[in-house]
This record gives sequence, C-alpha cells and structure tokens, in this order.
Amino acid sequence: MKFVLSWLDDLAPGLAPAGVDPRPLAERMTALGLQVEEILHVGSTVDGVITARVLRTERHPDAAKVHRVWVDAGDGVERHVWCGAFNMAPGDVIPLATPGTTMPDGRAIEPRPILGIDSQGMLCSARELGLGDDHSGILILPPDTALGVPYGDALGLESEVVFDVDLTRNRPDCWGHLGAARDVAAHLGVALAPATPALVAAGDARSASVEIVAGDRCHRFTTLVLSGVRVTSSPDWMARRLAAAGMRSINNVVDVSNYVMLELNQPNHAYDLETLGGHGFRIRLAADGEQMTTLDGVVRTCTADDLLICDAHDVPIGIAGIMGGLDSEITDATTVVAVEIAAFEQTCITRSMNRLGLRSEASGRFERGVDPYGIDRAHARIVELLRLTCPELVVHAGSVDARSGALASADRSAQVRVSQVNRILGTSLDASTISSLIAPIGYATASVVAGPTGDVLTVALPSWRTDSHEEIDVVEEIARHHGYETIGLAVPNSTMHGRLSPVQLRRRQLREVLLGAGLSEAITASFLHEDDLAAVGLPADAIRITNPLQADEDVLRPTMRVGMLRAIAFNESHRRPGVQLFEIGHVYPPGDRSTELPPEYEGLSIALAGADARAAMALWREIAKAMGLGARVDQSRVPTGMHPTRSATLSLGKDVVGAVGEIHPDVCDAFAVSERVAWLELDLSRLLAVEPKIAQWRATSRFPSTDLDLAFVVPDGVAAEKVDKGIRQAAGSLLVDLSLFDVFRGTGIEPGSRSLAYRLRLQAADRTLTDVEVTAVKDKTVATVSKMGAVLRG
Amino acid sequence: MSDIDRDLPLLDDVATARDAGLARILTAASVDEVAAIDADLLGKKGSLALLKTRLGTLSTVDEKKAAGQALNAATQSVTEALATRRIDLARAERAVQLEQERLDLTEELTQPRRGHSHLVTQAWQRLEDVFIGLGFQVAEGPEVETDFYNFEALNMPRSHPARSGFDTLFTDYSGPLAEDGTVLLRTHTSPVQIRVMQTIEPPIYMVMPGRVFRRDTPDATHMPVFHQIEGLVIDRGITMAHLAGTIDAFTKAFFGGAFTSRLRPNYFPFTEPSAEFDIQRPDGSWIELGGCGMVHPNVLRAGGLDPEEWSGFAFGFGIDRMARERHGIDDIRDMYSNDIRFIEQF
Repeated sequence: MKFVLSWLDDLAPGLAPAGVDPRPLAERMTALGLQVEEILHVGSTVDGVITARVLRTERHPDAAKVHRVWVDAGDGVERHVWCGAFNMAPGDVIPLATPGTTMPDGRAIEPRPILGIDSQGMLCSARELGLGDDHSGILILPPDTALGVPYGDALGLESEVVFDVDLTRNRPDCWGHLGAARDVAAHLGVALAPATPALVAAGDARSASVEIVAGDRCHRFTTLVLSGVRVTSSPDWMARRLAAAGMRSINNVVDVSNYVMLELNQPNHAYDLETLGGHGFRIRLAADGEQMTTLDGVVRTCTADDLLICDAHDVPIGIAGIMGGLDSEITDATTVVAVEIAAFEQTCITRSMNRLGLRSEASGRFERGVDPYGIDRAHARIVELLRLTCPELVVHAGSVDARSGALASADRSAQVRVSQVNRILGTSLDASTISSLIAPIGYATASVVAGPTGDVLTVALPSWRTDSHEEIDVVEEIARHHGYETIGLAVPNSTMHGRLSPVQLRRRQLREVLLGAGLSEAITASFLHEDDLAAVGLPADAIRITNPLQADEDVLRPTMRVGMLRAIAFNESHRRPGVQLFEIGHVYPPGDRSTELPPEYEGLSIALAGADARAAMALWREIAKAMGLGARVDQSRVPTGMHPTRSATLSLGKDVVGAVGEIHPDVCDAFAVSERVAWLELDLSRLLAVEPKIAQWRATSRFPSTDLDLAFVVPDGVAAEKVDKGIRQAAGSLLVDLSLFDVFRGTGIEPGSRSLAYRLRLQAADRTLTDVEVTAVKDKTVATVSKMGAVLRG
Repeated sequence: MSDIDRDLPLLDDVATARDAGLARILTAASVDEVAAIDADLLGKKGSLALLKTRLGTLSTVDEKKAAGQALNAATQSVTEALATRRIDLARAERAVQLEQERLDLTEELTQPRRGHSHLVTQAWQRLEDVFIGLGFQVAEGPEVETDFYNFEALNMPRSHPARSGFDTLFTDYSGPLAEDGTVLLRTHTSPVQIRVMQTIEPPIYMVMPGRVFRRDTPDATHMPVFHQIEGLVIDRGITMAHLAGTIDAFTKAFFGGAFTSRLRPNYFPFTEPSAEFDIQRPDGSWIELGGCGMVHPNVLRAGGLDPEEWSGFAFGFGIDRMARERHGIDDIRDMYSNDIRFIEQF
C-alpha cells in the first residue's frame, strides 16, 4: 500500500508536515508494524530539464528511426538534438534534458553523436520524467509556457513523498490512509482531523432499491442517489495524489470513488441510475455456469459460490466485491448516479477471487476486511469531494441501507485482564495505562471491574479492525503501542539441559565416520518424475504431488538413487569421475496407504563412483563397526535395481534395513553414468534407533599368542562368511582374532573355486598354549571347514 | 716409576698393548670396527686378557700388585676410549643417515582424504550447537504432513486467507485415515511444535530444524525445497521479554557479542503478539532474520495445553540463508547442484 504523506497529514494535521525529513516517521511506522519498504519522491522534478520550443525538424537520409530537432531554450541559441519521437511540430514547447542531467532511471545525458553529429540533450516523454506511464511521444507542454525554466515550475508540479508499506494481514484498516494515520497519530500524540459531517439530504426522495437475497454473504448494501453530476476532470491535487498512490486519474466521478477507497478503505461504485435496470439492485448467488462480462471485457463463468450484484431485473451487473460488469461504468452523459457501498463476507470474496483469478483494488480490500460501519462516512466524503467539481450536486432523500442478519454487531468488545496483559508481555502496566495506550486507535475502555486476578477491562473492538476478536488480539495492540522495543530483555529460568538426543548424536557420529572415510555430502532432489522410477528399476507406485510446480517433478522420491546417479553423471561430465558421495535425507515410499501419513523415513545413501561392490561392503563394515550396528548381509536377496551378482540385502530380523553392492549397469546406462557405482543404502530411522551395546572390558592375556595360517580351496558357491563362521565355531574360545588375508583364483586352483587364506590368532588367558592344543584347534577347524566342501591347501 | 716398575717387562707389555689399542680405537672407522677392537682388546682372548694370565708368573706380591693395577688402568682407559669412539661414530653415522633420509615434504602425492559436509548441514549443526548451549533440545518431525498439523492446529482453519501465502504442495496420499487432499508437504517446521506439545510435558525448550517445501519457482534466493529452524519455549511465566531476551542471546552467541537484535510488529496466524526480528551488525546495518511471537492460545490448545497455565514463544528462520550469507554465495541453487567442485570449497 502506498501512503501519500500529504494525505496522511490532511487526516492527522502535523503528522507529516511538508518539507520535514520523512525518515524518522518511516522508522516510527515500521516500529508500529507498518513496515516502510521504500520512500518514494513522486513527481519530483529532474534537475537540468528545462522548457524549450521546437524551431524546426528535419529527417536525415541515413537515419530511419530518429530525426533532427532544433530547439530554442529561451536564450536565442539554436540547439540541435536527435530525437526518436515524431509527435512534435515547430512551435511546440517540450521538456529538454540538457547535457549533464541524470534522468530518474539513472541515465546520464551526454552530447552523444549520431552519424557524427552531436546531440545537445534529449527531449523527454512523460514517463521519462516520472510523470506517469505515457511514453507514446515527447511530452507537449502548454503553448504559453515560459522557455528556459525548469519544467516542474512551468507545470506547477508539486512532488509527493510516498511510503511504500508492506502491510500485514492483520491490518485491514491500513488499506486506507485513515487507518495508518489513526495508528501513527495515536503513537505520536497527534489528533485526527474531524471526520466529514454526516450527510443531509436536500433533494426529493429518489432511491435505488436493494434486495439482499444472499444475506449470509452480503452483510450490508447501501445506495445513495445523487443528481446534478457533471462528468469532468478532477482537481490537480486529487489527480496528483491518486497518481502518487498508484492510480490513474480517469474523471471526477471515478476519481472520487477511488480517492475515498484509498482514504477510508471503502470500495464503492457509482452507477448511472438512468441505465440501471429497474433502478435497483439484487444481490444473489450465481447459478452454476452463469456467465457475465466484467468491465475488462472478459467473459467470466461463475459458480454457485460466486456472489453477483444484479440490477432489479436480475441481470448481473457485477461480481460482488471483485469487479463491475462491462456496462456498469458511468459515461460522460451521466448526470444521476446511484452510489453503492457494501460489506461482504470476507472468505467468499477470497474464494471467488482465487477461482476467477481476479484481483482488484476492491477485492483485495474485501478479502482482508472492510469496516461495515464506515460506509456512512464514506458516502458523506464522496458527496463532499464530488461537490468540488459538481457545484449543482443534489443529495436525494431515500437512501437505502439494507442489512442482513449476518452483519457483525457494531458493539463488539473483549474482556481484557490486566494480569493477562502483563503475563504475556512481561510488563507491569495498570488498567489506566492500558486504556490510554489503545483508546486513540479505537479500543475504548467501556468499564474496568476488579476480577479475581486483578482488573478486567471491557474494551470495544473497533469495527474497522475485523481481525480483532479476543483478548489476545487486544494484547497485541497494547504491545504495539507500548512499544516492542520497551518490553525489555529477560532470559527464561530454564530447568532444561541443552543436548542432542541419542539418535541425533549417533547421526552426527555417522556423518563424521563418512567424512573421515572421504565421502562428501550431497543433497539431491526430493521430487522426481515417474520415468525416473522405471529408470532405477523401481515400481511406479509412489506418492504424487497433485499441484507440482513442474510437470516432470510430481513424484515424491521413494529412493535417493535417482538424485545420486544424476550427481555422479553431472560430475563425470565435468571431468570429475570417481566422486564419493553420501546423502542423509528423508525418502517417502507410499506404503500400503493404511496409515495417517506415509511411512517416510530417514535414509543414508552412499554412491562410490568407479568403485566396486567390495568398497561398498568395506564401508558398510566400517560404519557398522564405528556405530555398533549389525545387520545380516543376504546375497540371496538382490535388491531391485542393483547388480544381480554383486549385491545383497541388509536385514534386521525380518525387516530390510538396507542394500549393499553395486548399481545395476542398466541403471547406470539410463543415467548416462559410465563408471561402475558401488552403492550402500541404510534405513537410518531403523538403525539409529537401536541403542548400541556398550563394549564391556575384557582382560588382555599376558601369555604369548600363537598364529595359525590356514588356506582352503573353497567352491564359489560357499560364502566366505560361512567359512568364517565355521572357523570361529571350531576354534572356540582360544580364537582371539581371525582375518581373511588372501583370496586367490587362478593357477593351481581349479575353476569354480578359490583359495581363502585365514590367519587364526590363538591365545589363552591363563597359560601358554602347547603344541598339542594348537594342533587340536587346527584339526578341528580343518574338519569343520572340510564339511563345507573346502579342502585344506598343502 | 718405582724400581719394580722399571724392572718388570710385563708392565711394558701392558703399556704397549694399551697404546696400540688406543691408537686403533682412535682410527676406527665404524661402530662395527669399534666392536671388533673391543673384542681384540678386552675379549676372552684379547690382548689385555692374555697379559692378565701372565700375572701368575710374577713372583712377589708387590709385583703382582703393581702389574694388576697397571692392567686395570689400561683396561679402564681402553674401555673409556671405546665408549667415546662408539658414541662419536654412532652420532656421525646417524647424521649421515639423517642427511640421506632428507625428504621434501611438499612433494605431496596424496590428497586429503576427508570429505566435505553440505553447507546446509554445517549451518544446521552450528545453529543446533548454539541453541544447545542456550539450553534447548532438538526435535524433528515428518516432512509429509497433514493439513491439521501444518495449518489447522496452527490457528489456520480451512478458510484462513493466510494459507494462500504458503504456496503449498499437496499430495495424492489418501486412505482410510487420510482424507483426500489433506496430506501435504510441510510448508514450515511449525507442525513439529504441535507434535512436541502433544508428546512432551512442559517445560519445553526445543529447536526444530528441518526441510520444508513451497511451490516456489527456484531463483537465486529461493528454492522450492529449503531448510528452516524453529524454536519453541513453553513454560510457566514465559513472557515476550523472554522472547526478546532469547533472540538477543542467540544473536550474540551465533553472530558475536557486538551484534544486537530488535523486534518489530508483524503478523503470523500462530503467534500473537507477533514480531519480525532483525539483527544489527556492528557497522549499524540491519539483517531481517526471521519471525517470532508469543504462541497463540489456540495453538497451545491444539497442542493440548491450557493457555491459562502455560505460555510460550516461538521463532523461526531460514538455515540456507545463513550458509549463503556466511560464504558469500550469489546463487542458492549452486548449493544444491551437487557439483563436487562446489562441495569441496567448504
């Protein structure tokens, strides 16, 4: 919302006097919650732009888009300028930006030669001077304008200081200048100017009838008939303020309508009574599919949730609160108008606005809430302003004020406990201080009674604060006018101890393990396309976004594989093969849709480009060891989308908690990844939830240990893990360490088998082992492993 | 020398052997040679040992005594010379070895192995740590949320106009417990507030970092997927002064003691009074950081708490922006490019 300072000063004299630095006021407004985003100087003249008369113009044979103009700036010197507009004729007075001028858009005017001929300045359009939107040609000034003077002086321009304020949703009142003036004036102790006196009808009774059919949606609908209207232009000051506030001047009737909306936050409409069907209004819901053409010329198809303003013959002439119909505007011939001001239910306006995609000055205001009891003042103000240009204006008796049962009471109030105010704000305000803080903004204290916890104020809720309903809303007003900056600083006396939860600590520890292992962290896309799922070999069942931003990003990722493979492909294509990445993030499988929310969980994904499944397994072992995790590596269950002979499922009991191995080469191909990709994924929601066992101390033996190296030829079908287990079982408690130190396939080993070489370290806690004991372990181990089809190598 | 000395040939032999030994020791070229000389002189069949065997051939006690003393003295001087020479030679040999082992430590063939954590994680953890220091614990919640937790419980019923400001992404997830069109991607971390209130008895001192989603076209400063951290304090007697004090304590702990903070009125449906909080840099310039306010009574009720018994405040701001501003990143999209050349910079 743009607030014109001179306008605010009219409403609260002394609030924003002309010529005073506006910045302190901007700071006060911001401190009140009316955040001034920008201070604009609208209509300020541009230094260096003077008036000049066109002497003659001439085309240059080599210049198609510009012509040469000679001007006289009053000093009798002929100046030559190149100009790209052709709308001037000799004798016209135009604004000339002389060399050295800086235009509002920052352009510096220099003697810039075209075809080797210098230009002694630039002729300006209205837009170039910040005088509006017209850029169709050079601004032509009145012919009797003095030459060589600043164009602003010649035009009698007065600049306006404007605050562009970012209004919050709880300040519907500030969509009119009065609301902001009231708030700031109260804060600064400035009095508001008196409101326009109530109307006195002088003319005979002429009415525009009103029938509210949809009373729950239309709360109040008023009409006032005015005759003696003459459609003409508006006074300069009004046009200037409208322009400064961002609205174009149209004619006196439309301008007054807009002016009152911007001043009092009362959208209103003036209809030509003569052309208003049946000289009346009917406010009803649209029929589903009912069409009407709005004044922007667009045919709108309505639903039964849209509220229509119809004439007395039930012909739609406007969508309530949003936009008038094509023929609803007054014409130059209009002399009698019916001024309509209404109050509508807020949320239905919002719905219609969103459904129709129609946002207007009026609809934005109705959406936020207008004062249903500010209507009478608005009528009076319209009349007052219209009289300035229509001295013959007659206010007719017979105004109509139709109200529905849904109209909010004019006497809303809230009980405000002084104890509650101080309990929330940490202040020690008393009843009278509270009253005096908020009375000037309309929250008048009707009574103060002593309650069980202290004084209780009955506070009126102003009708223009449609956001205010209850005690806490009033507490906020008290806080604002007391001043947030005066509330002070305190630190809670907490009995709580700051810490991470065990799971959060484990997650951090996991990250450290991964970083230490040389992996870097990625964050990949949460949204995928359906085809991505097929590309990673997963079923298409997934949760969809029903209103995606991009049509190809409408699937919630059930896996991080897509994003990680894209990351590898990207880095590969930028000469960075071999990236080692991890991601910790949520994934969203659809589950069986029986729960309130999908079985979303936190996952860890690791992709090692250029590495094979052994690297993934080694990393799993490292993570498992560091984190105290355990899971069964089951190579008989190949996870979908992974390398069929090099991957395994990680499971805990019956539950799958991860996958390890390599990405299927087909999947790599689909993502244009040319490297082998070792892959590990874990369900952290499951694995980190398990409290790891705390290692218990075991005495290290002080007796010497004995190493026993055994190599077996083992068929490929027998997993090393099985051999490992067999050895542990057979060697029993004397085995303190077991390592596989060599795997060999080739010469001397028959195809389909490999040699697995193990080192067993044997030790007893209470004695030095004898050869007999060591031999016994060896014999038992060999016997056990041999049963698996393995043969001890000589 | 006494007469006896002069008359005993053994004494001469000892002196000769000693001098010859000392001469050899002085010219020994290596520790190994010193060891060989040691054996030659002092070993079982060494020259001094052999001379010792001749003591028995002497006739008088005086002679034996004189010769024995001479032998002992010779042995001692040889032993000392051996030790000195051994040390000198060992030093010299170590010096040669050390010189030969000279390495240019800047001939580095291996790169540092440690990986790099994501900038968002770095900022996230720094923020968590500061809040932990201020007495907060950390709570988390689901990213796919219900309309109830994301909106309704936060004082935004179905028709609330503020909802339109959130650009919510909705999902097709539905089932017996999930009504059509009510499961969405959380637009803020605030739903976790409600979940915390429903599960933890006050006092509550929690921060809630997490990933949030908006239907926002990505540009240099916006991503449709980004991260927020939110704080919630619920206790008896919590006031707006505690909010302002906590924001200020955070400001000083996170940014530095010379930074200050201020609150100014704003609007959020879930807090009242609501505020925007700004941080002032030591140079006087301001940063608009986030939103905060006193928890709205309706929100306390939705969390199952009696607003007459408990009061509290909440605050929240973006994590990504913290990382972006700390490292001077022009375009937030780079943070999500997963370009290893970007990741490795931090």
